[in-house]
Formats: sequence, structure tokens, C-alpha cells
Amino acid sequence: MVVCPQWSLMAAGAAPEIAAVVMRADRVVAVTPAARAEGIEVGHRRRQAQARCPSLQVHESDPDRDARLFHAVGGALERFTPRIELSTPGVAAFPTRGPSRYFGGDQALAAAVLTEVRGVTGALGWPQGAGVGVADGRFVAEQVARRQLADPDAAMVLPPGGSRSFLAPMPVQSLARPELADVLLRLGLRTLGSFAALPAADVVARFGAEGLLAHRLAGGLDEHPPRSAPLPPHLSVTIELDPPIDRVDRAAFVARGLAEQLHTGLEAEGLSCTRVCIAAETDTGECNERLWRAEGALGVGAITDRVRWQLDGWLNGPAVLRPTSGISRLSLIPDEVGPARGRQLGFWGGETAADARAARTLARVQGLVGPDAVTVPERRGGRGPLAAVVRAPVLTLDPDHAPARRSGHGPQPPWPGRVPAPSPAFVPAEPRATHVLDTDRRELAVSGRGALSAPPAFVELPDGRTLSVAAWAGPWLVDERWWDTLAHDRRARLQLQFTDGRAALVACVGGRWSFEGWYD
Amino acid sequence: MNLPVDLAALRSLSASIAPVVPAGERVLPVGRALQPLLPDGALVRGSSVQLLGVGASSLALALLAEPSAAGCWTAVVGLPELGLLAADEHGLALERLLLIDPPPDRRAVEVVAALVDGIELVVLDTRLPIGASDARRLAARARERGAVVLLVQPGVPGEGSGALRWSPDVALTVREQRWQGLGMGHGVLRRRRVLVEAEGRGRWSRQRRAALLLPTSEGSVTAAPDAPDEGRVLVPFGSVDRAVS
Repeated sequence: MVVCPQWSLMAAGAAPEIAAVVMRADRVVAVTPAARAEGIEVGHRRRQAQARCPSLQVHESDPDRDARLFHAVGGALERFTPRIELSTPGVAAFPTRGPSRYFGGDQALAAAVLTEVRGVTGALGWPQGAGVGVADGRFVAEQVARRQLADPDAAMVLPPGGSRSFLAPMPVQSLARPELADVLLRLGLRTLGSFAALPAADVVARFGAEGLLAHRLAGGLDEHPPRSAPLPPHLSVTIELDPPIDRVDRAAFVARGLAEQLHTGLEAEGLSCTRVCIAAETDTGECNERLWRAEGALGVGAITDRVRWQLDGWLNGPAVLRPTSGISRLSLIPDEVGPARGRQLGFWGGETAADARAARTLARVQGLVGPDAVTVPERRGGRGPLAAVVRAPVLTLDPDHAPARRSGHGPQPPWPGRVPAPSPAFVPAEPRATHVLDTDRRELAVSGRGALSAPPAFVELPDGRTLSVAAWAGPWLVDERWWDTLAHDRRARLQLQFTDGRAALVACVGGRWSFEGWYD
Repeated sequence: MNLPVDLAALRSLSASIAPVVPAGERVLPVGRALQPLLPDGALVRGSSVQLLGVGASSLALALLAEPSAAGCWTAVVGLPELGLLAADEHGLALERLLLIDPPPDRRAVEVVAALVDGIELVVLDTRLPIGASDARRLAARARERGAVVLLVQPGVPGEGSGALRWSPDVALTVREQRWQGLGMGHGVLRRRRVLVEAEGRGRWSRQRRAALLLPTSEGSVTAAPDAPDEGRVLVPFGSVDRAVS
């Protein structure tokens, strides 16, 4: 098991000696050692973090970028074994039995892997950025690797059967299940050893399936009991691509259809997939194969994402690793399956056939114009027509996570100072410059106290024509975010109605007038 | 055996017990105020409707509101200036509204073809460069798939008539419009009375008209009251003579 806990920071280009954090949804998810020394911890809000260290570098979380760059670590591990399993960017695992016999034992293998991976992280400026652990199970190996990262002298290899005693003194928080850990602490169970000592049946009775999983981990076992019977080969799906594909977005589009096919096959057997092998092959016989694993079942969207990550790293990676021709064959092989827990569909509403069809269409259109060219409206609230509802990108629209819950329903909070409804139906993304003139054809000015220099009489259009004003109202003054020099917005809005019957919303910012919208 | 049959009762019964699916599949219902303007009083699946004049954007949003709220997906190709707040006020389901940036010229036809395959309401910007023969093919595909295509040409000065060559089944044109509520330095745009004219092919070739409040003071659409209800609101002088005549 290879662990790079700060991978998202490395991928973002942060250096360990500079205070930097990666944020996701306004929470810190990774901190550099320098930032930790300033007192910043995972889970802080942006404001809390910046209060502790004003010079803090803040990077936004980008799983796509992390996964793409993590391909370099995968490439380094490929020198030892072809069967590499990735779960999240920053964590890779492989079975050691074969390679360690070849490289002269677990100890020698671990040392060689560590040197190799630290070479990769060193190139990103993090010479101490990775840890390696060898143990009986994934969870134990990860804990060994993390301990080795914290204490370079600690052993990298845990002898077979030593898992339980190794985990016993560790705190229950290391299960990475904060809610469960909270309950366990209140029950007086502080270490994994004391938790593992409980009878499994009692744990199920109190904590359900999730608790049983944690109990197995604490006892040094894997999440699922190993499956002895091999998987029937008819579950894996393959597609021949003619002409070969050399673009990631098109491959992702093909992968979506393939993933749906895989799901249909698994569903028919009542199974769901927790580990999948994604194999891509080119015309010239080059092959790229990775195992992807997730805690829960991998959905269609999740598999598509992983194909995109894997192929992005391969097709757009360093020249040494890049294939010489396009991908001509793509396979998805379910590698580890469990019984499908199923998902209860809504009786009224919820997901419908139309929603699924729309999601497929969306994927197709994204393949044509690129993922960023499709957006959905999102209510943000604000005083201007452009700020109140913004366009948010839809990267992958999974029918499981339809954006239905994204935009808040119900009454919107009041925005004092906004122009009342009805709102303009034509709102240019960039306000279009114009001139608002009084009867003497002088540009109108708004004083600091919000008074107009004269009533508006004419408006000059960009094409040189002039419209006469028939009625007007305003100015509505808005002075937003005055505490932020960059985002400060101070403007005066006027509603104008012209003699030809049209109406428009104009705004004056810093003495310049522009059209904010037309009441089309 | 001859039972006395009340035909009228039977008909009303058959209407209430008939499966709703075929009717619902053939048309997408629109708001009550807009029904007199459209064949069958609804958006017929597979048809195309063009919206013209000053107020075309609002009219498009008013047409979309009812089917969108009822669960239809809507895709807008181009029209980067569509007022999303206005769409919200009209009652569109924003979570089922996909906005697609104007595609590069050579991709426009492909994108529209993909959309009519899987989305029920497709709104096209008339500035999209789609020629007459491509437009005919796309219209045939929309008819086969049952998608409704709306062609919107915003009535804003400086926006040209565009390159889209699509002959619609019905064209709705906003002929007259009068805003209410705005005075000289006071008031606020409150509502707009518009006169919409519908003209189409085949049995819809006779011209129809409807007076609407588009938008109302809440931002939606209703039929306009018969007598123009001016109240105490000042009438802008540009339209005074019409109001008097």
C-alpha cells in the first residue's frame, strides 16, 4: 500500500514549506506541514484558516486534476507489478506476494517502492510525500504507511498475523468514520482493540451493516470477506472502437454506455460492483490496465469518472507513457462484487425514464461541445438579474444524483435594494456599454448621494441609433461588498421605457452607463 | 339486449377513465392564457413554434413554464442572454433546464440533432447557423422523436434576424406592447399588456390573436382583462393616442 495523504496539495502545486491548503465546499481538506504549524487543521472554514495565517495559499479541490497527475505514481508502480489498484487519488495498493518473491522479500520491495514513489513526489517538491506499508489487509497497510510517513524509522512491513495487535492501541478515530467514533468514545471504547473485542453480533445489533464493516476493519480484516468462487466471465463488457479514439471526452462518452451495460448485467444477477478493472488497448497493442475500488458500489457515473481519470493520465500524460495510437478497445471487468443493496426509487416523482434519457442526451452533447459548454441555472441570490441566478457547470449528470436538489426551492430570502419583479428576460453576460443623455445631449451623472444630474431623455445604442426615453424610474443605488477591494460593487440602476414601447434596465458604474438587461 | 344509453354521460365517463398517457404523449400543456394561440391549445409534440417581436424572450419563457414545471426537460441552445431570473419568475423548473453555449458553426447541427433525440423541449437561438436543408432534416427528426422546438428571436435592438433557416409550424408575433407602472422619475415597471398574433400552416392558417399580460407583476403570464385597467398609473405618452382611440 502506497499512501500520499497530501496528494491534492502536491497536484495543486503547493510546496511543503509554504502554508497552503486545499478547500472543498468551504472546508479545508488538506494542509501542508507549514500550514499545520500555523494551527490550521482539516475541517476549518476558509475564514478560520485565513485568520490563523493571512498569507495562506488556498487551492480549490479538483479531483480530476489529482487523478490525472496520480497517473505518474501508477506508472512508477507499474515497474513492480501490473496489478495496481487505485481507490482515491493519493492511495494505491497492490498484492505483494508475487513481486516480493522477485525483489527479494517484502522489506526489500517496500524500500524499492518507497524510493521510486518518493522520486515522483520529489519531482513535485515533496521528497517526503509518500509512505509505504505492507500488511495483511488494505486498512492495516494504510495505517502502517501513515505511521511510517509520520515516523521514518518505523517498520514498513507488518509480519503476517500481526494486524490485530498492531491496530489494538490505535484510537477509534483512525477508522475515518467520525460519527461512529463519536458514539464509541461516549461508550468508553477508545481504542480499536477494545472495539474489535466486542462480539460481532452485538455490533450489528447496535450499529448495523456500517458498524459491522468498521468492526471487521478494527479486527484487522478487510471490509468484505474474500470471495472464493471466481466471477462469471460474461459479466465483463468490452467494446471495439473503430475508428480508434484519441480524445478523452469521446472515450468517456463511450465508457458511459459501457458502464450502463455493465450495470444492467450485474443488476440482472443482483450484484453491485465494488472494484472494477478498466483496461484500454491501442491498435499497436499497448495496454493500460488499472483496478479501481470504492468503499460503496461504483455507480455508472463513478465508473465513467474513473475511465476519464485513467485515460486522461494516459493520453495526456508524459511522452514516455503516452500511447502511440488511439484506443481501439475498452473493457470493464468487474473484479470484486457484492450483493446489490439496491436503491429505493421514488414512488411519485424521483427519477423517471425522461430523466434517464435526458442524462444520456446530456452526455452525448457534452461529448460534442465539451463538458464546460453545458450549464444549469443555480439560484444564488443577489440584487442584479445576473447575480441572482447564475450558470453552474454540469460536469456529469448522474441520474442517481440528479441536480434536482441543487437549487433551493421555496421562498428566497429578501434582497433589499434589488429591482422588483418582473425581471428582464434578456440579460447579456457582459453589460453592454451605452450613453444615457439628458435633453441637452450631455451624459447623465449620478452624484455620491444618489441624485441624477438631469432626467434621462435619450439613450445611444452601440450601433449609433438613439432611442428617446418615454418614462423612467430610479436610480436604485446598490453598494455591495464594500469591505472587499476586488469585489466591491457600487452602482445605480435606472429603468427606462422608450417611445417605441421597449423597456430596459441600465446601470451606472464609475460614471459609465451600460445595459444590464432588456425587458424583452 | 338494448340498454338505454346516455351518450353524453358515457362520453364524459370515457374522458375521465381513458388512460392519460396517449393524450399526454401527444401534446405538452401550456398555461391557460396561451391556449387560444396554439393548435389543440397546447404544444403539439414534434411541432415547431417561432417567437418574434419585442417580447419574444418572455413569450418563450411563458410557453415553457407549464411543461417544464410538469416534469419536462428543456434545453436552450445559444441565447446566452436569456434572463434566468425571469425564467425562475415564470415558474420554469431550473433543475431541468440545460443551457448550452452557442456551439461552433460546424457542430450546431449535430448538437441540435442530439438534443431533439432525448429532450422534450428544445429552444433554438435564431442566430445559429443552420441552413434550410439541415433545418428540414432536424424538423423531421424532432417530429419523429416528439420534441417541441421553439425558435426565439429576441426583440432587442442590435440583434440581427440570424442565420437559422427553419420554417415553423406556428409563428407567434408580439404586435403591440404597453408597459404599465413607470412614470417620469417614479414608479416601477409593473406589467405589460401585449397583443400576440398566431399564424401557422394548414388548419392554423387563419390568424388568431390574444391579449396577454406578459409579464404580470409577479413575472408570469395571464390573459389581459378586457378593458385596459390603467388605474392611477401614468400612461407613457408614447402610447397615449392608442389608449384613447
